[in-house]
Amino acid sequence: MPVTFGADEILETIRMIEAEHLDIRTITLGISLNDCSGSDADAIIKKIYSKIIKYGENLVPVAEEIERDYGIPIINKRVSVTPLSFIAALKDEEEYIKCAHAMDRAAKEIGVDFIGGFSALVHKGFTKQDRLLINAIPAALSGTERVCSSVNVASTKAGINMDAVYLMGQKIKETARLTADRESIGCAKLVVFCNAPEDNPFMAGAFHGVGEPEAAVNVGVSGPGVVLKAIEQHPDADLGTIAEVVKKTAFKVTRMGELVGRAASERLKVPFGIVDLSLAPTPAVGDSVASILEAMGLERCGGPGTTAALAMLNDAVKKGGAMASSYVGGLSGAFIPVSEDAGMVEAVETGSLSLEKLEAMTSVCSVGLDMVALPGDISAETIAAVIADEAAIGMINNKTTAVRVIPVEGKKAGDRVEFGGLLGSAVIMDYKKIDASKFVVRGGRIPAPIQALNN
Amino acid sequence: MKSNRIVITVVGKDKVGIIAGVANVLAKYNANIVDISQTIMQEFFTMIMIVDISKCTVDFSTLKQLLDQCAQELQVKITAQHEDVFHYMHRI
Repeated sequence: MPVTFGADEILETIRMIEAEHLDIRTITLGISLNDCSGSDADAIIKKIYSKIIKYGENLVPVAEEIERDYGIPIINKRVSVTPLSFIAALKDEEEYIKCAHAMDRAAKEIGVDFIGGFSALVHKGFTKQDRLLINAIPAALSGTERVCSSVNVASTKAGINMDAVYLMGQKIKETARLTADRESIGCAKLVVFCNAPEDNPFMAGAFHGVGEPEAAVNVGVSGPGVVLKAIEQHPDADLGTIAEVVKKTAFKVTRMGELVGRAASERLKVPFGIVDLSLAPTPAVGDSVASILEAMGLERCGGPGTTAALAMLNDAVKKGGAMASSYVGGLSGAFIPVSEDAGMVEAVETGSLSLEKLEAMTSVCSVGLDMVALPGDISAETIAAVIADEAAIGMINNKTTAVRVIPVEGKKAGDRVEFGGLLGSAVIMDYKKIDASKFVVRGGRIPAPIQALNN
Repeated sequence: MKSNRIVITVVGKDKVGIIAGVANVLAKYNANIVDISQTIMQEFFTMIMIVDISKCTVDFSTLKQLLDQCAQELQVKITAQHEDVFHYMHRI
């Protein structure tokens, strides 16, 4: 049989993995809980626990087997389930909290690091269950280790539910208070969405949407380090050439996701869902989206030119990635989770990256204000106003946006906090102390935008 | 995995017996070397082998452990990956 690879190709792949942090960020197994529905808490808990175990018990062993066979690290193994508010018609908050604990136990049992789906979709309004579940979020997140929660408060088709926005501002503050002894870490497991995708493999926002099959394997790739090295090899190329370099690199990175997704689907006997064309950074030096922007020629991420550079990067990643995978979905785009990106943290520390610039950046990339640490004295109303701004960007631009902010109790702007592991560390960002509470407490719904006159 | 071919790469400081050491492990467990190329790049010994493990007497994870042991003895770095990784990344 002829040998089909050049030595340079083989060594390139190995260099990407060993030196440039190429990895599969997550294999997320989506599991439908539709057949676990009911109104009796104990019965639901029993059903969801056994269903998660039944489908998920092989996830970690299979992922480890794939890691070994292909020599590519798979960092996280996760489970997402049907939003709990859809399937559980429970009588009070306590019962929802109990369900969160059951999800936590199941996740621990099968060895996954996070389980997403303590979620509600309220972009047009609340059901009774939605409200109970949202009220249960702070206690559920502070009392569990692996449960992640998300709430969709807006969509292009429905507009922005400002009552939900305000409620989420309050719940974020409450979660921060309940986990004050751990740098308010509970908020890192809580995402507020506009246009939430149904097949997103990334936490904390993953849930198994209503249009999804019984179960599906979704994969998220990572590769800022690889893109950075590729750009560094072209210090004087024009931007068209740089876009081309990013496309080619994204193609290779995404192919790894496609391979792993297909292998996992075959071995778990679960349909292959999607590859998320992501560029997810880690706190490791050199695995940073901010560093990519700086390699393109910016002195520091956050300065003038940042939005344009990020827009080009994001588009090139999608173009290269779309060709590499048969099914693309999820969030798909460059991520800018501040605490998880060493370059972003540095940009905050040196004062070049502000909350407002970050907001502008989120209008051209995935996914929103992510892992942004804020001072502990920020009010629920101000957080709600920040959520509303971000949701407006998503609503008008027909894209997913999200807010995962951490108002760290007892900390002020400029302080450093350690979240640990992949969540990294952050410098608390300052915010404009201009009151928006009158706007926020008006409540109601911002109507859906007109889509034809799109300027 | 449809095919049973793996790619083994060995990188390290050049010395006597690297090829022999790796080939010995493979021969002992009936893994067939289909192709081999070797070069010295910037003083570093670099060898790439394509190996058919369909008749190998131990499973892939055991073989990887044995190669790891061999790598320690020879003071080189050995990686072993299924060839699909390279197919996917470099061929459409």
